[in-house]
Amino acid sequence: MPAPAQRRIIFQHIDEPGYTNDLACYQRHGGYEVLKKAVTRKPEELIDEVKKSGLRGRGGAGFPCGVKWGLVDRKSGKPIYLIVNADESEPGTFKDRYIMHQDPHQLIEGTMISCFANNVKQAYIYIRGEMPHGARILEKAIAEARAANFVGPNILGTGYSCEIFIHRGAGAYICGEETGLIESLEGKRANPRIKPPYFPAVLGLYQCPTIVNNVETLCHVKYIVEHGGEAYTKIGTPGNTGTRIFCVSGHVQRPGYYEFEAGKITMGQLLNEVCGGPLPGRTFKAVIPGGSSAKVMRFGERYKGKRKLGADLVDYDWGVEDVPMDFDCLAMVGTMGGSGGVIVMDDTVNMVEALANINAFYSHESCGQCTPCREGALWMKKITTRMVHGLARNEDAALLKSVADQIPGRTICAFGEACSWPTQSFIAKFGDEFKGYPEAKKAAKPANANELV
Amino acid sequence: MIAPPKPELVTVNIDGKEIAVPKGTNVIEAARLVGVDVPHYCYHPKLAIVGNCRMCLVEMGMPAVDPATKAPVIDPATGKQKINWIPRPQIGCGTNAAPGLHIRTNTPMVKDCREGVMEFLLINHPLDCPICDQAGECKLQEQATGYGRGYSRFIEQKNVKPKRTQLGPRVTLDDERCVLCSRCIRFSRDIAKDDVLGFIDRGSHSTLTCYPGKKLENNYSLNTVDICPVGALTSTDFRFKMRVWFLKQTNSIDTESSVGANTVVWSREGAIYRITPRRNDEVNDTWMADTGRVLYKQVKADNRLTSVKINGADSGLDIAVNAAAELFKAGSVAIVGSGRSSVEEQFLTRKLATTLKAPAHLVSRVGEGDRLLISADRNPNVRGALVTGLIAALPSAQLTELAAQIDAGKVKTVVSVGEDLAAAGLSAAQLAKVAIVYLGTYANETSAAARVVLPTLTVFEKGGTFVNQQFRVQKFLKAVPGAEGATDDLVVLAKLVAAAGGGSVPSEINTLWKTIAAEVPALGTMTFANLPETGLLLDATPWSALPFAEGETLHYKPTKAAQLVVGS
Ligand SMILES: Cc1cc2nc3c(=O)[nH]c(=O)nc-3n(C[C@H](O)[C@H](O)[C@H](O)COP(=O)(O)O)c2cc1C
Ligand code: SF4
Ligand code: SF4
Ligand code: FES
Repeated sequence: MPAPAQRRIIFQHIDEPGYTNDLACYQRHGGYEVLKKAVTRKPEELIDEVKKSGLRGRGGAGFPCGVKWGLVDRKSGKPIYLIVNADESEPGTFKDRYIMHQDPHQLIEGTMISCFANNVKQAYIYIRGEMPHGARILEKAIAEARAANFVGPNILGTGYSCEIFIHRGAGAYICGEETGLIESLEGKRANPRIKPPYFPAVLGLYQCPTIVNNVETLCHVKYIVEHGGEAYTKIGTPGNTGTRIFCVSGHVQRPGYYEFEAGKITMGQLLNEVCGGPLPGRTFKAVIPGGSSAKVMRFGERYKGKRKLGADLVDYDWGVEDVPMDFDCLAMVGTMGGSGGVIVMDDTVNMVEALANINAFYSHESCGQCTPCREGALWMKKITTRMVHGLARNEDAALLKSVADQIPGRTICAFGEACSWPTQSFIAKFGDEFKGYPEAKKAAKPANANELV
Repeated sequence: MIAPPKPELVTVNIDGKEIAVPKGTNVIEAARLVGVDVPHYCYHPKLAIVGNCRMCLVEMGMPAVDPATKAPVIDPATGKQKINWIPRPQIGCGTNAAPGLHIRTNTPMVKDCREGVMEFLLINHPLDCPICDQAGECKLQEQATGYGRGYSRFIEQKNVKPKRTQLGPRVTLDDERCVLCSRCIRFSRDIAKDDVLGFIDRGSHSTLTCYPGKKLENNYSLNTVDICPVGALTSTDFRFKMRVWFLKQTNSIDTESSVGANTVVWSREGAIYRITPRRNDEVNDTWMADTGRVLYKQVKADNRLTSVKINGADSGLDIAVNAAAELFKAGSVAIVGSGRSSVEEQFLTRKLATTLKAPAHLVSRVGEGDRLLISADRNPNVRGALVTGLIAALPSAQLTELAAQIDAGKVKTVVSVGEDLAAAGLSAAQLAKVAIVYLGTYANETSAAARVVLPTLTVFEKGGTFVNQQFRVQKFLKAVPGAEGATDDLVVLAKLVAAAGGGSVPSEINTLWKTIAAEVPALGTMTFANLPETGLLLDATPWSALPFAEGETLHYKPTKAAQLVVGS
């Protein structure tokens, strides 16, 4: 079956020749019309549209956005804050950056609509430290929107006021975890908080109710308010409404970002047709479908079971290529849609070395609070680093697995899963490569080869 | 005596045992009540919960109810209400008792969690227990034994971190031993209100450090050493001095102020090595000031009085008491008691004053309170002097009245129980004009001028009670034998009472308490032996109108009368 056409609702203008990131261009393309209408409606109506739409968060967890907004404590009398999570740091993920660089007003409009819907008077865009350029663009865009009365006091004469502030991170992946982000925004170390009791919806920023949403999520909100929640559910598949942006990197002919209706395209269509298949003379070996923390899939493996299709339970028997790209199907086959970062590895990749790379990242990024994550992440990294430096032992695979098994489910935040799932899945699926690595390493290493660093 | 209020109770089930605990009690504390140990590092009963060590993971469940009808779901196998167990382990420190909460601490999952955390904590730990001061009271040692796997699988290089960092004048840090529990950070920030500690770097390379340009030098810095579960923070004073398991522990009271922080004195073979706080939730929680921890050094001070003297010449106790009796015979005696004396000593001092029909004075010491555990009244026991009737009004810092009486020739003999009269405002001429009988521990102008010098004991060498600012009677016990040549204050005072014609009074503390209970109405129902470790609160109503000097401190709010004075 041929791959469907892209459906660009969020990336509509990304890379469009002549499209610039200033207000005038945005307005020429109909910008801020949705906000203008939204502020004349009842906020509850807007929340209802989002609830109806079935929109799931695009930050990684896929949590229903309407449900999240419904959990906000609106009786406390405290101000409600909205935070735009623009910390995009999950390896393999590069979608929010394009929105901010090329279409910042789309984010600002989505943010203002969401603020209005939730009676938020102050919003923050927490942008990754390594994106100074994006921060400058957003600053300029906010200034423009403010001058045009889309942001700031008495927006469009409605009496509703709301400010947006940009806050730059200092270069830590954990600042993307929402409670770590909140700590960082409060000027502290980004140590994620324990939940309970610190659910952002109740005790978030400055102990006030807080909504944290991903950049892309808020752009979807704009689309939903424009077209209605009902119309949005027609895009994608039930339970996985709307579009997904896939950031494909690694060993394909045409890496890049592609926006498709969720669940309407399979992994095989995406990699083979859209991305042009493997590089000449190579074959696909593995793919990580949702950012580096998602569990790896091995080409050639099969997933079998029953799944709900409408009202019916139907059998499925899929290879990697057959898996529809949405939250639920990827979860069903034991991995996740996550942030949409699709990382492709072909037969030139040694999985021990790939894991060593991932482990280096996670051991460096653990905030260091919880014992299992802090110590486990570094231990796994030390083992895989030692292995690639030629001191691999046959028992290392079992040890790695056992170390990884002591982490997930036992930590404060989901980084515990993020840092252990790669090791768990690499060993589960490529155990042969890990067990054979000591020999392979000896065989493969010419006498004069450089040391891996 | 005043009864505490009754809390609201909820019933929880821990490893099959049901127990009713006050609402809000966390699982670690609730388990403690049924004798179940939930190991932990970062949790501390007096600090904010952060849940970072993950040692306290337990299985948790709640009774199942039908979502629609809210009726209990019955498990047909047991006939009891079904329990919905959460598949992931939960932290005991951050989970509070709720009605019907079920906890399991003895399952394979919990065992595996604990073994995992123990292993992780040890892989980068230097394992230098043989030379670590914390050995013997280290949670890492204790829980490795109790919950560890007992073997190592770690063959990589350990992390290297700074050793022997001086965080401040009294605290030494070994970062390699730190388990990053953040207790010390939370204490400094929330209790000492001196937010100087923090972590730098990330992950396993996280390192505790002091803010650049700052020092951990507040007067509560050593509490971080007490609460550090491992040997990362050590007391520079105590480092390498003694193995803790050789030390004898004696309950005592901090004499720095009327707060009366509860303490433990650690000694071996008659020498004291350190003083640490003892938990009392109504007084000092688990804290004490650094200044109170070095007070033991006064036991071996160079200026200790170690021989009885008459007119500057060495003598014997009974001869000296007789010499004092001779002075008493001439009449016109004045007594200077002390707010540092124990209740028992003050009782006997009062007896001496009544016998001699002598007026009794007291010297106040008022400074500034630190709002935490040092109050404005630097005497530990002014309330004791009120309760025993030694004084009826609050004392002043200067003995002005006594000075006037000396000048007027109305006083011929002054008995000072430990007070330096010169420091209390008497001039050299005034000291010379009267005969002084001095009971005390240190040489000073008064002892130099005294006709009779009777060396007595420091608080560490005797037992007794103090009444703190809350009117709480608190007991201290003898930690080390008295210095050579010094005699227990009670013995000396009892001899003086007898010599003055007051008859025989007991000097052994338990026997003395029978007399005290009979004669002092406020203490009527008490005995020394039965006084609880956390003290007994007296009814303060008879003294509620007095303008006490103390402002607010931990667990103490001044009464209205006092606030007026403080505020004015
Ligand atoms: C370790 C970790 C890193 C994360 N990083 C990001 C991130 O960079 N950007 C993001 O939007 N969400 C990130 N998240 C997810 C956020 O915690 C949060 O769920 C999300 O921002 C919610 O927005 P959404 O509901 O719109 O997806 C991360 C989560 C974890 C556990
Ligand atoms: S799981 Fe890791 S990143 Fe998350 S709070 Fe714990 S130590 Fe920090
Ligand atoms: S120094 Fe001690 S108290 Fe402070 S974080 Fe480290 S282990 Fe905890
Ligand atoms: S005691 Fe440390 S996590 Fe509970």
